[in-house]
Amino acid sequence: MSGAETGGDLGLWTVLLAVIGGAIRVSTPFLFVSLGETITERSGRINLGLEGTLVFGAMSAYATAVVTGSPWAGVLVAGLAGGVFGLLHGTICRFPGVNDVAVGIALMLFGSGLAFFLGKPFIQPSAPPLPAIPFGFWSDLPQVQAALRVNVLFLAGAALAPFLWWAFRNTKAGLVVRVAGDSADAARAMGYDVDRVRLYATGLGGVLAGVGGAYLSLYYPGSWNEGISSGQGLMAVALVIFARWNPLACFGAALLFGGAGALGPALQSVGVTQGYYLFYAAPYVLTLILLVATSSPDRALAGAPGELAK
Amino acid sequence: MADLPLSRRHLLGGAAVLGLSALPLVRARAAGNLTVGFIYVGPKDDYGYNQAHAKGAAALKALPGIQVVEEENVRETTDVQKTMESMINLDSAGLIFPTSFGYFDPHVLIEAKKNPKVQFRHCGGLWTESNPKNAGSYFGYIAQGQYLNGIVAAHASRSKKLGFVAAKPIPQVLNNVNGFLLGARSVDPAITLQVIFTGEWSLAVKEAEATNALIDGGADVITCHVDSPKVVVETAARRGAFACGYHADQSALAKDKYLTGAEWNWASIYKGFVADMQAGRAPPNFLRGGLADGFVKMSPYGPAVSEAARRNADAVKAEMMKGGFAIIRGPLKDNKGNEIAPAGRTYAENAIELEKTNYLVEGVKGSA
Repeated sequence: MSGAETGGDLGLWTVLLAVIGGAIRVSTPFLFVSLGETITERSGRINLGLEGTLVFGAMSAYATAVVTGSPWAGVLVAGLAGGVFGLLHGTICRFPGVNDVAVGIALMLFGSGLAFFLGKPFIQPSAPPLPAIPFGFWSDLPQVQAALRVNVLFLAGAALAPFLWWAFRNTKAGLVVRVAGDSADAARAMGYDVDRVRLYATGLGGVLAGVGGAYLSLYYPGSWNEGISSGQGLMAVALVIFARWNPLACFGAALLFGGAGALGPALQSVGVTQGYYLFYAAPYVLTLILLVATSSPDRALAGAPGELAK
Repeated sequence: MADLPLSRRHLLGGAAVLGLSALPLVRARAAGNLTVGFIYVGPKDDYGYNQAHAKGAAALKALPGIQVVEEENVRETTDVQKTMESMINLDSAGLIFPTSFGYFDPHVLIEAKKNPKVQFRHCGGLWTESNPKNAGSYFGYIAQGQYLNGIVAAHASRSKKLGFVAAKPIPQVLNNVNGFLLGARSVDPAITLQVIFTGEWSLAVKEAEATNALIDGGADVITCHVDSPKVVVETAARRGAFACGYHADQSALAKDKYLTGAEWNWASIYKGFVADMQAGRAPPNFLRGGLADGFVKMSPYGPAVSEAARRNADAVKAEMMKGGFAIIRGPLKDNKGNEIAPAGRTYAENAIELEKTNYLVEGVKGSA
């Protein structure tokens, strides 16, 4: 029997392992983008451009890692580039009469287009990947070891979610952001420059989205091409509503989406081969069901920043 | 409509006059030359399908009197019709290669009817007599390459389980899946092959997940049929599995984990089409070929390929080079138990039945 050396047939356990592994592998970009968008939206602005920021982050991280040989330099550059995109959004939205949603869509197209243009020479070369920590060392099963190879950025995101949750409640900066988001008038009465608060919040959101892009190109799937994101940045923005602007819920929602994405391939690998298109739609069906189940025609979404709910 | 001072007809007429006045300039530039248009569904340096075509296009650029126009990332929607029209109307292209499978029906057929003076040759489609005469299709029997991949994979596999990441269940993909397993089973009939369909030609995250799921299921040699095998090959190598390439040479991505690969060799085919055009003939409407015709080639063997595997694969390749090598030979059943071919029945590589394959052979886990 060859079972002993390959880990054998785990049957349906493979599916569970794949979903856990997939949740860890696939969720990180969702997590970073949705945390970034939470900060931005909590300050009272919507930045739909994070898909473009994610793609540009992926490209700039990959290109930097190819040129310098250091994946961490890539993460740094992706974060900075993402910050520039965020600040650009924040700056444009300061002008009176500018619609933040429209600016976001424009920046999404601009970010993707610029990334495609500048990223052309980097489709072919291989970049050094980000390191991962083998938390599955205790197991003899290669499947378990593979599922529990956790990237450092995932851990950073997992730590950032509770930190942000705490910071929104307990730090001055967190409270200022929330005041700006819930009532611009109240923030002004308290002496804060609402536009400045939103500028920084959008910039910080961009930094996180850029880092999420670095994960895509430097760890999983670990490659740069023009289809690398396939809309994950947009999904992550939707996740924020799904997670009710709560960073902890963002973490859970990102894990759920990552795991649901792994379900289709894993089911096929154990012989559930009919209707895979349906399984691939699972995350979206799940979102629809949850949004319908929790929404109400009578009131704004619970947890929505007041300035957005107007 | 009639009482309107400015009708749609007037506008169209005006546009036609404008178009005509611009025409002499365009024609003068194109006189004596042939402009060839290439349309790709993804980036042309994707380590895969599009790169293989772009290499063929690059070979044409060196020829005298030939201009090549290319457009990348064109979706399989009305977008490709617009691209074809702009190549015809703005660049005066006389020969167009829309290279992606989904371009053929209906987009190429529509444009071919609209532009009877332009020749369209589509990669992978099944042109029939009822289609426009200025359209056509060409393809290679690359399942032969996957059969050789399978032989090499069988020698390298210890788990006796192979994995295949496939995009969509269309005949060309199914022939490759079947070819890969039948090649492996020619070495060891106990080998099985798990296939996972991603549903799209290019979905990086899903391809990586599929590769991981195959390896988690015990597969230790992975190959694929997606537009860019880069993610699959790199993910497999990182997980310690062997990879067989597809479309182009991916050996640089997997180093010693790369066994061999089935590659396209379009340059000679494109040169033939262009030579026909320059001689005033229409290129063939239906062109197929395999290893023996130079349409398909194999990547050089990687360091992990044993001497026995090389000898085995080389011997079968020599048989294929003679032409008429049958991958599908009876008695053979599909993986649902239905008979595909009775004992004694063989389908050589040029059997037209293989262009309509809708089954996976016995031993493949998955459903078409």
